[in-house]
Amino acid sequence: MTTVKETIISIDASGVHYRDLNSKLREAVSGGASKIELRNVHGQRYIGTDLRGPVAIEIFGTPGNDLGAFMNGPRITVRGNAQDGCGNTMNAGEIVVHGHAGDTAGLSARGGRIFIREDVGYRTGIHMKEYKEKKPVIVIGGTAQDFLGEYMAGGVLILLGLGLTEGQNHKAKYIGTGMHGGVMYIRGNIAEYQLGKEVGIAEPEGTDREVLRKYVTEYCGYFGGDPEKLLEHRFIKLYPRWLRPYGRLYAY
Amino acid sequence: MKNLRLTNNSFNDDKVIDACSIFGAMDTSGRRFSGDSVVRAIANMHDRGNGLGGGFAIYGLYPEHAHLYALHIMCLSNDARLETEEFLRKYFKVHGQEEVPTRLTAAIKNPPLVWRYFVDVPGGRPENQSADDYIVDRVMEINTSINDTFVFSSGKDMAVFKGVGYPEEIAEYFRLEQYKGYLWSAHGRFPTNTVAWWGGAHPFSILDWTVVHNGEISSYGINRRYLEQFGYQCTMQTDTEVIAYAIDLLMRRHNLPLEIAARVLAAPFWEDIERMPEGEQKLTRALRQVYGSLLLNGPFAVIIAHSGEMIGLTDRIRLRPLTVGEKGDILYLSSEESAIRLVCPDLEKAWIPVGGQPVIARLKPGAQLSPAGFREIITAH
Repeated sequence: MTTVKETIISIDASGVHYRDLNSKLREAVSGGASKIELRNVHGQRYIGTDLRGPVAIEIFGTPGNDLGAFMNGPRITVRGNAQDGCGNTMNAGEIVVHGHAGDTAGLSARGGRIFIREDVGYRTGIHMKEYKEKKPVIVIGGTAQDFLGEYMAGGVLILLGLGLTEGQNHKAKYIGTGMHGGVMYIRGNIAEYQLGKEVGIAEPEGTDREVLRKYVTEYCGYFGGDPEKLLEHRFIKLYPRWLRPYGRLYAY
Repeated sequence: MKNLRLTNNSFNDDKVIDACSIFGAMDTSGRRFSGDSVVRAIANMHDRGNGLGGGFAIYGLYPEHAHLYALHIMCLSNDARLETEEFLRKYFKVHGQEEVPTRLTAAIKNPPLVWRYFVDVPGGRPENQSADDYIVDRVMEINTSINDTFVFSSGKDMAVFKGVGYPEEIAEYFRLEQYKGYLWSAHGRFPTNTVAWWGGAHPFSILDWTVVHNGEISSYGINRRYLEQFGYQCTMQTDTEVIAYAIDLLMRRHNLPLEIAARVLAAPFWEDIERMPEGEQKLTRALRQVYGSLLLNGPFAVIIAHSGEMIGLTDRIRLRPLTVGEKGDILYLSSEESAIRLVCPDLEKAWIPVGGQPVIARLKPGAQLSPAGFREIITAH
């Protein structure tokens, strides 16, 4: 049996335009690279867009907007914060952010997983969706700003509220406004006025607990912490009260 | 209506999918710094704009003339300049004047004449008219009546440099490397609804107030009509102009604190007001009632500045991005965090403010402006 020595391709991104950076990435991936690290990243957009297959990309610096947009398979690890639109419409793969993320993380995601160690901005998971086995998952360690899960149509959104003190509410408002699919699990308090009117509240049950255990354990695998301890806390489950809330809006 | 054809978008490509970029940096200890880092930061967001507008505001710029109003004036012809100078001599004591130094660059096409004048206002004004009021009135007069002339900035110890081009090109054109300031704001433009011309580039300014803006003010018409009642004339053909006048009205003339002014521009929703404690509820209701016509509707992220203060603010549901970086005495505001990290890799704190809540940087009490400012000798007229 032959053993293939794994090589890491390192790309210095300083001063490189996003189009050139993405061509370099595509070149490296089509050349069979399985591990790529990008150094000195400063705001290049669309990193990893349209990439397929099993490749691990590690980013040092601050990737630009729409990180991993339309990505189909790779794993991106960010050693820093992500900007807006991280995981935009991604189809498969994984984005792991060792920091916070800006607005609209996971917007329109149709598959894959996003783990964010700290907080997220506005409209996280907006219009993410699922179909059969394609089910996007977003796990957020901190708290979220407004419109979490807006127009959510599928997938799983987990908010761990790790920065909150005992008894403190999340501050996000309009959570799940327009939600009509998928599920959210939230640790930490939320008042009813913070929820969109399409959202129902329930206690997580058997299968919910399984899903939570799986992804909280993965989160702790990436960022540390004891999943069992986290899971001891109360989570609430948010679900859409109607699957087609606007079904009759334009119909007579 | 003035003829703006000379200064319009020569590319004629009004719509592409993009967004403006805004950036601000302030040293709250009063240390003046060169704008090199600011230019690099705004240039890092080059792809947000499309080269149809770039500009900078610099504070602590003219310490040698800090007691005089620095008028930066754009003229589309030499005749217009001569006419303007006649006006200035009639209404002001002009202590110095010169063409703003520029360098020829390939990127900047058809630049207008830009001159600066250091002026004093005459005594003997009506009792209820302050020197600042006098300046505002004259600026409005120049912008509306002297053909082909527009005042870009009119404050003390600060100025606006702006034009049609990418911000880094504008910086090169106006030789910004020669200046220092303790507060810089910068803008890369992507015009959405209005023409790209030199007056329409950001920052927009009146007295020492400046505004750089990413977004669209859909309440422009209402805001404009309201401001006209107070003598403000909108002549720059761009929505952002109303923010500069609104903040001058609220904070200088009506003497409201910044936190209150921010509540007028980004007024809390009625349903949020209902959940406030009684006193705050009363105040916020009153503000919405009195200043309803100054509510800025539509998506926006702005950096507002004046002497000693820099403010970041977004609309109530943050439809445009704004991120904050902190390092020692320096506070950064930016559309993108990467631009901050490019010029300050060892940030102590990076965070994202909540929509509608102002982020404020102020000169520390007792801050001494460092003297290493602008020292060019201005020839007296």
